[in-house]
Amino acid sequence: MKKISKPFSRSLLHLIIIITAFIWILPTVGLLITSFRPPPDVAASGWWTVFEHPFNFTCYSLENYQRVIAKIGLGGAFMNTLFIAIPSTIIPILIASFAAYAFAWMEFPGRKLIFVFLVGLLVIPLQMTMIPILRIFSNLGIVGTFPGIWLAHTGYGLPLMTYLLYTFISGLPSELFDSSSIDGATPFQIFIKIVMPLSIPALASVTIFQFLWVWNDLLVALVYLGGTPDVAPLTVRISALVGSYGQDWELLTAAAFVSMALPLILFLGLQRYFVKGILAGSVKG
Amino acid sequence: MIHTKKITPWLYISPAAFLLFFFLVYPSINTIYISFLNYNSEKFIGIKNYIYCFTNETMLTAFRNNALWVIVFVPLTVFLGLIIAVLIDKVKYESIIKSVIFMPMAISFVGAGVIWKFVYAYRPVSAAQTGVLNAIRLFFQLEPLPWLIIRPWLNNFCLIMVGVWIWTGFCMVILSASYKGIPRELLEAARVDGATEFRIFWKIVLPLLKPTIAVVSTTMVIMVLKVFDIVYVMTNGNFDTEVIANRMYKEMFIFRDFGRASAIAVILLLVIIPMIIINIQRFKEQETIR
Repeated sequence: MKKISKPFSRSLLHLIIIITAFIWILPTVGLLITSFRPPPDVAASGWWTVFEHPFNFTCYSLENYQRVIAKIGLGGAFMNTLFIAIPSTIIPILIASFAAYAFAWMEFPGRKLIFVFLVGLLVIPLQMTMIPILRIFSNLGIVGTFPGIWLAHTGYGLPLMTYLLYTFISGLPSELFDSSSIDGATPFQIFIKIVMPLSIPALASVTIFQFLWVWNDLLVALVYLGGTPDVAPLTVRISALVGSYGQDWELLTAAAFVSMALPLILFLGLQRYFVKGILAGSVKG
Repeated sequence: MIHTKKITPWLYISPAAFLLFFFLVYPSINTIYISFLNYNSEKFIGIKNYIYCFTNETMLTAFRNNALWVIVFVPLTVFLGLIIAVLIDKVKYESIIKSVIFMPMAISFVGAGVIWKFVYAYRPVSAAQTGVLNAIRLFFQLEPLPWLIIRPWLNNFCLIMVGVWIWTGFCMVILSASYKGIPRELLEAARVDGATEFRIFWKIVLPLLKPTIAVVSTTMVIMVLKVFDIVYVMTNGNFDTEVIANRMYKEMFIFRDFGRASAIAVILLLVIIPMIIINIQRFKEQETIR
């Protein structure tokens, strides 16, 4: 009995897994194909009809991408997103590394208590902070500017980053610190020459997590960049497009793919750090 | 520990401390204060904003929908994540399937919103259906449905499915790591004794994964209480799909009532804190077990 049922249950297992994966990937495939189809085709038939002539490559074009990047201005939004995400990743990582290093390897009164309080700030939902910060920003005149959103992402990213980097840095072997202290290195030299190079795996995960978090963020950008179109990142522009071009699927799909391309490349290229970073960061925000 | 001057540690932590005070501590306290003031924060109005939150019809819809998200989304993502984690452990192409299921975590909720709005696309019967779901319905001779408009259950359920699509991969990866920690001999011994796969799952795997399942579930609850982007992009809370975070955004930027918006934020915080405490406790328990 068992010998007959085993191959059967194995093929059932494969079938279930493959169908699940197929369902998962189908919506994204549809988006990708549609983004390369000419507008009249998109309106006239579903994207799956391209499989009726699988080798007819004439039914694809880059026209939609040209339109969204040049005419609708997603090229500019792409650059804005980069211009927001890069400093919003580097600044908090630097600040968090300094703090994590001090919490891990320096002696000072209240060290534990301050650290617990700092990490405890993770529980605060961003919504709790927006109105007062918005008021301060408007007094300072930095609503709708890049420095404003860099600062905001830095503040929001710090508790988690400090915590993650602390866990890693405090786990470095203590002999490292004893011997180099004796050699007369200053704390800053130890930080630059020993701590940072050894922390590269942790820094990589944290960097990828924060970069993607900022890249994919909608709420923080909506609130602090307001309705200022020339600084708006992709997420803000695309969510506005959904309202104004709601039925022009060839444009929306191309626009969405413009915003997804970089994260997908990072995901496929750096999968290990990526998964680690996402798991570690799941408590944020 | 390294030897430093007394001032050195403070120099290292002060940029972080300053920014955290400025961006998290002070604003949170201020928001609690503002929640007792009127729309432009000029007059003290007591708990009127909170009364509004618990009596206004749209607010109640938002609370109901967040509850619906918790009830439907959390069990579904955790269950699917668990089943997929256990099943793919048995095949050689596990890593490819994992990538496919985890992929939505890489893209923005806005991107996911567009992807799924296209899946749910609806056109009148006379036109060709370009949305996958309505094309499938048509294939089975059923009338196409305006998925995102049929209130209140179908459209909310459709939005929740987008969340499930995004977050199942996350649950799967964590549960899979934990599943691989179960000693193989234990499962083999049960198989030798003639236990069915289902029984092994129910009697051995599930009890051993319980702590991880608990942590993943509470993390999902916290996520869902703050759900914003998906709703903002796909329906903007219309047709009875409002959620708390989107409502707060509207009070803030559309109705310009900072008092009410602050009250909503405080309520959100109060709902989330217990979940986070539970999560931390469970996390600690897990650490001690190891």
